[in-house]
Amino acid sequence: MANNDKAKGAVVASQVDSSIELGTAVVGPEEFTNPGLPPHRQRITDVDPKRMKRAERIVFTLFYASILGSVFAVFAYMYFPIEDGDTTSVRLNTLFIGLGIAFALLAIGIAAVHWGKAVMADHEGVDHRHPTRGSDETRARAVEIFQEANEESGFSRRTLIRNGLIGALVAFPLPAIALFRGLAPMNEDPNNLMKHTMWKKGSRLAHDPTGVPIKVSDLTIGSAFQVIPEDLVDLPEHEKLDAKAKAAVLLVRLKPEDLKWSSAERESWSYQGIVAYSKICTHVGCPVALYEQQTHHLLCPCHQSQFDISNESAVIFGPAARPLPQLPIYVDDEGYLRAQSDFTEPVGPSFWERTK
Amino acid sequence: MSITAKASNYLDERTSISAAVKEFGRKIFPDHWSFLLGEVALYSFVIILLSGTFLTFFFQASMTPVEYAGSYVPLKGVEMSAAMDSTLNISFDIRGGLLMRQVHHWAALLFVASIGLHMLRVFFTGAFRKPRELNWSVGFVLFVLAMAEGFTGYSLPDDLLSGNGLRIIDGMVVGVPVVGTWISFLLFGGEFPGNDIVGRLYTAHILLLPLIVIAFIAIHLMFVIIHKHTQYPGPGRTEENVVGFPVLPVYAAKAGGFFFIVFGVVALIAATVTINPIWNYGPYDPSPVSAGTQPDWYIGFADGALRLMPPHLETYWFGYTWSWNILIPIAILLVFLAAVFAYPFFEAWVTGDKREHHILDRPRNAPVRTAIGAAGVAFYAVMWAAASSDIIATHFKVTMEGVINTLQILLIVAPIAAFIITKRIALALQKKDRDIVLHGFETGRIVRLPGGEFIEVHEQVSEYERWQLVSFNDNAPIMLRPNARGRITAGMRNRAAWSRFFFEDRVAPVSPTEYQHALEHSHH
Repeated sequence: MANNDKAKGAVVASQVDSSIELGTAVVGPEEFTNPGLPPHRQRITDVDPKRMKRAERIVFTLFYASILGSVFAVFAYMYFPIEDGDTTSVRLNTLFIGLGIAFALLAIGIAAVHWGKAVMADHEGVDHRHPTRGSDETRARAVEIFQEANEESGFSRRTLIRNGLIGALVAFPLPAIALFRGLAPMNEDPNNLMKHTMWKKGSRLAHDPTGVPIKVSDLTIGSAFQVIPEDLVDLPEHEKLDAKAKAAVLLVRLKPEDLKWSSAERESWSYQGIVAYSKICTHVGCPVALYEQQTHHLLCPCHQSQFDISNESAVIFGPAARPLPQLPIYVDDEGYLRAQSDFTEPVGPSFWERTK
Repeated sequence: MSITAKASNYLDERTSISAAVKEFGRKIFPDHWSFLLGEVALYSFVIILLSGTFLTFFFQASMTPVEYAGSYVPLKGVEMSAAMDSTLNISFDIRGGLLMRQVHHWAALLFVASIGLHMLRVFFTGAFRKPRELNWSVGFVLFVLAMAEGFTGYSLPDDLLSGNGLRIIDGMVVGVPVVGTWISFLLFGGEFPGNDIVGRLYTAHILLLPLIVIAFIAIHLMFVIIHKHTQYPGPGRTEENVVGFPVLPVYAAKAGGFFFIVFGVVALIAATVTINPIWNYGPYDPSPVSAGTQPDWYIGFADGALRLMPPHLETYWFGYTWSWNILIPIAILLVFLAAVFAYPFFEAWVTGDKREHHILDRPRNAPVRTAIGAAGVAFYAVMWAAASSDIIATHFKVTMEGVINTLQILLIVAPIAAFIITKRIALALQKKDRDIVLHGFETGRIVRLPGGEFIEVHEQVSEYERWQLVSFNDNAPIMLRPNARGRITAGMRNRAAWSRFFFEDRVAPVSPTEYQHALEHSHH
């Protein structure tokens, strides 16, 4: 065992090198003396051979029990197979394999720790620390090496070579950055894409996800439908979600007298109390899915922005900044609901070039 | 020669491994339960690697649409991506697959949690002081990487919740001035959601990020070897030694055993508790979403920050959109993380202390640092609670608006209150320590004096316990003195002000003279 470091003074005073700045630290003129390590206390297993035997027994029993746990897990794999369509079998398979593995692991862990704590020799050791800083000679030699290298290569003397090297090293990753432009399609501008949805003049409003067109007569006061453009269902599978992420609409019918309008033009976007609003939140784009029939409020489940359907979807609470864009609608001769045009402003979260 | 001796000789003659055994075999590690937090982080990362490797053998990182034909009946015939389809197959058709998925997810939650707790331990004990400031930075990077790993992994199954998580990230990205729209466009390979993001996140999740994590863990542990571990103050422990147990055999047994215990506990949880049941949510679709959706716990603080913004924060300047409802939360998060990153360097500047510190501070003995930490925890906790604002409202039957407005106020008030209360508690505990040293501890023995007076007998603590109470770093504010050119600069004033903030309220450790006086006094 190393020395006990008695009389080293207090923690604060222990670094005797007076050249090191103390800063705000206060080092008293006198300090208590470190009493050194307290006397070693023997464990019960050191004193009582019976307890030592018992501890040994616990350790090896657990190790052997761990083997049983692993074997149990393998048997569970075989005897609790997953039956097609039976979720209970999945649960039992997961449970029994998992319990076997967990038991095997815990037994190893507890045995090893118990071995270390109760059986292995209980000698505390003391290591000496060295300052992290290299010794003065080492540092001097390091400086010298750099000087020699500089001398021999002429790194700071031959400035043309040095600057050429730095320039070349800065330039060589540039092509890699250019290559990443290819992450997105070359011939498209996001700014343009984000301002249009697949709604156009005459698009029929259809049920999500069936694509069945909606008639005025389907809507009673208070009803609310999830709506997509009718032709969305005909899109190729890999284009559907992109289109839907912008075109999803919520269709609601209120009493016409409950609706407040800022202009006659806005009112003409609705039909007898039927209004269609983008379902994509203007905050960060979650679907604004929760409609409260009594209050005419729409609630976004992600960040709790609330919009008032009866007042042009104005924001009444939460982090959203803008009302939900309204889809202008009309009713054709057969009684189907159709869009007058695309949305008149970009849907979804705000982006930099939104108003450009 | 025995077989082992022969093998060792063979190896050493080709690797000089005996030098490493000599150097590290009996290296001393100090013991304390709080040192296990970092070990939990390391071990859960190993568990993540093991279970994750298993998952890669079955997972298809592709957004190609397929019709589900696996054995989970309610989703049969439903259109979904190959990623979701293969995740369902892992869960319902591969024996032990669900177990491994749950091991992976639970271990990931534990990974971030243990890193967070480990950071708090390091912070509150001042383990980040010289020479360990850089290792704090390395650990900080690991913390951020762990969250990135978590989020990329959460997004891979391409179920309703993960798609919504990506939608929120996309909504934040496009809100960034100038470059936001293009970053989102490049990230998603076109418009959200596109057909590329799962494959790209997969590369990040299983190659790029783990590689960086492993590199940083290597640096982190290398620093631990270079610096040797810190130790708590106590008799026999100094700045120049380490007291503890040798790597071989005791530490190897305890730390190695502890790995199996952590793994066993994760396996036990994974076997019995469901996590992320994607089959209940269904495949991603931009239109439906259910109430009460929540991210994994470690993203909560970011989500909460978004929720706490008041309405209508958006302006149009020069024809461009400035989304303050996105930018302010992002700024708050970045400033918070930057503050965590920079704290060791800041405190080093305030104290100007250039010594190495290997003996940890008891939190009470650095009252202002401890109070700053408590304020940070309170700030984080309020944002975190905000991510559950809807759940809080429905469970406690209070209004959503009430919850949000309360949390908005708490975001400012709670850290201040936490700071003041914690600082007072720390100072009070220091005073109690002084009292115990000077007047001994209460024995509970009541004695009646001849004059009729009752007193409780106090007894002196042992010299070992006393050492614990008197040996701590004491700091006092800087005295402003003109520099060599006879000037007091603004920088000097600034630093003096901060040193006052830190050390103005100060309880000095008992000095031997004080102790002697107290002893003499008690004998009279």
